[in-house]
Formats: sequence, C-alpha cells, structure tokens
Amino acid sequence: MDLSFSPEYEVFRKEVADVLSANAHLAPTSDDRGMKNPKRQAWQKLLIENGLAARTIPTEYGGYGAEPDILKSRIIAEEFAHTGLPRAMSNQGISMLVPTLLELGTPEQKAAYIRPTLYGEMVWCQGYSEPGAGSDLAALRTAAVADGDDYIINGSKIWTSTAKQADMIFCLVRTDPSAKKHEGISYILFSMETPGIEVRPLVDMTGAANFNEVFFTDVRVPKSGIVFAENKGWQVANATLTHERGMLGDPNATKARLVELVELMKRETVNGERLIDNPLLRDRLLKLQGEVYAMQANGLRITTHSLKKESAGLAGLVVKLMGCELNHEIARLAIDALGELGVMYEQGPHLRAEGTWQARYMYDLGLIIGGGTAQIQKNIIAERGLGLPREPKPAKA
Amino acid sequence: MEFALSEDQRMLQDSLNGFLKDAAPLDTIRKIATGDDAADAALTSGLDELGLAGLHVPEAHGGLGLGLLDACLVQEALGYAIAPSRFLATTVTAHAMRHAGADVLPGIVSGDLRIGLALTELSSRRDGAGVTVDRDKLTGTSLLAVSAEGSTHLLAADTTGALNLVETPAATPMQTIDRTRIFSEVAFGGEARAMSLKPDNEVLAAARLLVAADTLGAAQAMLDKAVAYAAERQQFGRVIGSFQAVKHMCAEMAARLEPSRALIWHAAHALDTGDPEGLAMATLAKSHLAEAGTFIARTSTEVHGGMGFTDLVGLHYWFKRIGVNRQLFGSPEQTRLDAARLQGWLETA
Repeated sequence: MDLSFSPEYEVFRKEVADVLSANAHLAPTSDDRGMKNPKRQAWQKLLIENGLAARTIPTEYGGYGAEPDILKSRIIAEEFAHTGLPRAMSNQGISMLVPTLLELGTPEQKAAYIRPTLYGEMVWCQGYSEPGAGSDLAALRTAAVADGDDYIINGSKIWTSTAKQADMIFCLVRTDPSAKKHEGISYILFSMETPGIEVRPLVDMTGAANFNEVFFTDVRVPKSGIVFAENKGWQVANATLTHERGMLGDPNATKARLVELVELMKRETVNGERLIDNPLLRDRLLKLQGEVYAMQANGLRITTHSLKKESAGLAGLVVKLMGCELNHEIARLAIDALGELGVMYEQGPHLRAEGTWQARYMYDLGLIIGGGTAQIQKNIIAERGLGLPREPKPAKA
Repeated sequence: MEFALSEDQRMLQDSLNGFLKDAAPLDTIRKIATGDDAADAALTSGLDELGLAGLHVPEAHGGLGLGLLDACLVQEALGYAIAPSRFLATTVTAHAMRHAGADVLPGIVSGDLRIGLALTELSSRRDGAGVTVDRDKLTGTSLLAVSAEGSTHLLAADTTGALNLVETPAATPMQTIDRTRIFSEVAFGGEARAMSLKPDNEVLAAARLLVAADTLGAAQAMLDKAVAYAAERQQFGRVIGSFQAVKHMCAEMAARLEPSRALIWHAAHALDTGDPEGLAMATLAKSHLAEAGTFIARTSTEVHGGMGFTDLVGLHYWFKRIGVNRQLFGSPEQTRLDAARLQGWLETA
C-alpha cells in the first residue's frame, strides 16, 4: 500500500501544471458553445500537442503517441480538476469509435477518420439501440440489404445523442436475417448526409433534447464502411461497450459533487439555521460521504489492477451501478436540503446553482437506466462476479 | 502508487484464514457460545501461538511493528469466522500507547498482560455509567466492556476522555444477542491507575475501524453462504440463484460490500500514515460498514429462506455479531455525528 507518486511522476505533474497555467487564457468558457466551436477545437489541438489529449493514440493518426501509463492519465485528470480548466473533448467518436478503429479498422478507415475525430472536426453519433432492442441489443432489426457495392438500410434507432450535429454514424445493422441473432449483425460507418436519414429530437424529462430518434428509409451506403467483417458486428460492438461502461460512475466526479453539496449546506440558511446544522440533513450528508469515500477507495483499487494488467473483478463490475446511484442520491439530498426552493428550475430570482441539482437528479436517473440498466448490471454482477447461473431460456412453444 | 495488499499481507490473510477454518468451524463456535470453556481455551491458545498480541506493538518493544491495515486484515478474518478474540482490545491498547508504552507493551506481547477495553462511554454514557478519577483512583462503572472477562487490566476511559490503564476490577457479564463474545459491566471501587494517557481521538477511531473490519469479514461470510445456497437450492425445477429476484439480492450485497473493503484499507492506511483525513475516514468506515453489514445480514438470511431463520444453519451467529458491531462504540447516527465534529462541520465545533 503506497499512495505516493515516485519522483518521475511528480516531475510529470509539474510539467502538466506548467502547460495548463501557461495556456489557461486560451481555454474556452461556457460561452463557447457548439461541438465544432473554433475556440474548443483550438484548445483540443493545444491539448493534443502537449500530450494532454489523445495521449496514447499513435502520431500517424494525429495523436500524441505516448506509451499507455495509467498514473500519468490520472495525474492529468487530477491537474484538470485542480485547475478547473476544461478537459480534453469527450464524445462518442473519441471515446468509443476511435479505440474500436484502432483495434479493428482497415488502414483506410483509420487514415480517414481518426485524426479529424480527435481534433473535433468530425462529429459521430452511435446507432445501437432501437425501439425494440434496448437491454436486448442483439434483437436489433434495422436491415442492411446488399445491392452491388452498397447496402440499402431501412429501420430506426433511438437514444442517439448528437445525431443532429453528427457528420457520421457508427451503426449496428442486420446483414443476415437468417443467422442466429448475434451472428447476423454488422458494424458499419456512413455519412449522416446520406439521403433517406431523418433525425427527430427526443425531448427528455429534463426538458432538453439530449437524445434523438433516427429513421432510415432506403439509405444507400457503401460496403466499404463495414468495420472488421460482415456479420461480425457483435464482437466489434462489445469492444466498444467496454469503453462506454468505463465512462459512467467516475468517483472523482462524484466526489466533486459531494464537495459542492457540503458547501451548499454550509452556505444556505433556513429560519436562520445553516442546513448543515439540521441533524437529519447532516446525517444524510455524512452517510453519502461514507459512500463516496468507499467508491473513491474502490477506484484506487481498480487503478492498481489496471496498472498490473489484471481484472479488477467485482470491484470493477459494481462501479456503474453504485456510482450512478450515488450521484442520484447526492442530487436528491441537495434538493431536499433546499426544501421548497429546491423545486425551482431553469430561471427565476430564487433559483439556486442554476437549477443544476434538479437537472442532475433527473439526468442521473437517465444514466441509471442508460448504458446497461441497473437491473442488467445486477445480472452481470451476479453472473460474472458471483458465478450464479444465467436465467434459463424459455422453452419453445 | 499501489493500492493493494502486499505479498506479506496476503500471506497473513491466508495463514489466518487457514488456521480459523480448521480451528474455529461453526461447531466449535457453537460450543464456545454455549459455555464450553475448554473449546474457548483451545481456540484462544491457538490464536495466541500465532503471535497476534504483538502485531501492532513496535518492534522495539518486542512486537511485529505492523500497522492498522494489517490489524484490520486480522480482524476481518476473525469476523469471517465469528471467532472470539482479545485481538481488538490488545490492538487498540497498543495504538493508544504508540507514543508511551515502554513499560507495558512487552507484557502485552508476552501475554503476561491481558487487556480489555472499557471505552463505550467515549461515545455514549447512560444508566449512571461513567468513570471518574480522583488522586489516581478510579470509581464508577463502564458498560459493554470488551474482553474484560479473563483480563488482567483494562484500558478505561474516564469522563474527561483520558485513558487509564488499571487492574481489572469485578466484572459482570452482560448478556447480548451475540454469544460469540463476552461483554461486561465493570465497577471500579478505587483501583489505582498504573498509567494515564491524554484524550486521543485516534483511539476511538481505531477501535471503530477494527469493529468495521470485523463486520466486513462477517458480512463477507454471509454473502458467501448466500451465494453458495442460491447456487445449490432447487425450487420450481431450477436453482434459486437463476431467478433474478434472488440473483439481484446477491448482486446488491456484493455491490455494497466490495467498495466497503477498499474503504477499510484506505482508512487504515490513512491512519497508519498520519493522513489528516484518516480520522473522518475511519469513523465513517464504522457507520458505512454498519449499514452495509445490516443490509447483508438480513438479505443473506432471506436468501436462505426458512432455513436462514433456524438455529440449524447457524446463520444467526453472524447476524447477531453484525448487529452488536453496529451499536458497539456508537450507533451509526452517533458515529456520523462524531465524523461531522471531526471535520469541523458543527456550529459549536
């Protein structure tokens, strides 16, 4: 057990801190909106050139080309958190498509897509879930029928973030309807400009359209967009889903929210009494602090396993379930602590923290459901973590 | 950076778990719980031979010089086996004497001094209990003293929070739900203290952390038993662990317990290295494990169905150990209040 960093890493930390402080004036702010905002793109370029983004992506594809080093990644994350400067771009193209292409893409696909994606010049959306294929993703039915060098695609996708802004989509389609459900799926890339694609915003409970529905009617796309091989899309998708689950439930983000909540409860008064002096609210706060401590320590344990290239086992399997639940509970306490004014939303003189606690409370419920529902997570924990048997398939009628 | 147990720590766990598997199966625990003194003596001497008494005593005083993290691993193993042991009391005493124990610590290592803890008044004083000191002589009573039975001395907190080492006076067993351990009411009648230590937040924090580690072990045992039972018991032509209702109960237990393990390690390491967050972390580890342990105690019992309710399976010994640990040295609510105080969150702090 040693939570210190060796001198080599302390030197690295200093270098990161120096780069960030020297360039802090160039950082985009919340006023610089939009996925292709020039100021955001310039910041991303600066971060890549200094090894603070796309760090381990080979230079030939536009990355920084460093050896993977989990401790250095951790130090970079800590320094961003410390300075409060905006982190490297994170979107589905960068976090999910790029690792997939590096592993399984053709040389042409890598050359065409990785660099512009990393630099924020090419935006992607993910076409996985369908109205009839949520938790049971492999039941997807969007059909791709071969026609010469092309496929003709018909069907629809749902929960598609950034579909409105996207230049391209990475999409799961059924290329062999006669095969078993996992064996007839292909993973294909195509342009969102292709005729026959309609995007409809899906307004969610927060009031925002964080997701979309996407409809395909006789959409003709080239076969060269297939990643890896026809009918091997399930393996390709599984590689990507691993990347997505790792993104949800980050304990450092949870810790930051708890700190915000503590500050709120020290600052805000009701009937002249600080919220933190209310014994019932304070007890709930401390209960959550204990849980945050546990998830942080669990995160340190996972990092150590990754360093040794070992599986983190149960410690890793529980992160999505417990982390998302904890975020939701923190937001719930913030709302309860604010009491009647906790219901204010979006605007008005009595709004606190721009209404962020209500927005998070609702959005976090979305995250408890999305990326593998809490119930699917429990199946995974019980089956892969505890070795309990799978649910037997229903007998054929 | 490495957040993991060392090779030595894993060996310590393996050897102790191996010993307890043979020396403290449920049959033996049952005998001890129903008053079989010979069974108790055999287990005690077996554990003594492992040299646990000196684990947290500095090498300069004849001990092993290991930290609270190692001590938590030992306590976790004892909790897993629900074994009675003086280890918690000895370790807390060694910690209390970490700056001043040259006269006493060698006696603890050799076994000449067998120490119990009369500390519960540090977290809650009631029923007229409380110890006062006048001209080095102790009077008053202390409730739920730990390992006072068979001890030569007690580490007793007085009403000022100071800690006193004193010969064990008359001790009356207090019957709790947990028969795997004996708790006592001790009445001081003017015994002279052999040593006095200033109030020290770390002593209660260390005691609470070790109780949390005991719960971690006991809860892990209950989870393991639930999973094994769910994988074997058949109803409706299937093992019940294939039903999601049962499977999800097991997953929820694991999801709450696994991060708790990391929390115990982190809190112990923080106290061992003098991290200022260590006190709050160890204190919250106690309340956190109390909640997780209680959830697992009831859920594991439910997974076992009617058999979980019987004496036959004996699951209730773990259930009750966890139940006592939850209250010992402060209920979860009391413990969290103390954690708020330690962080300066109280207006009056």
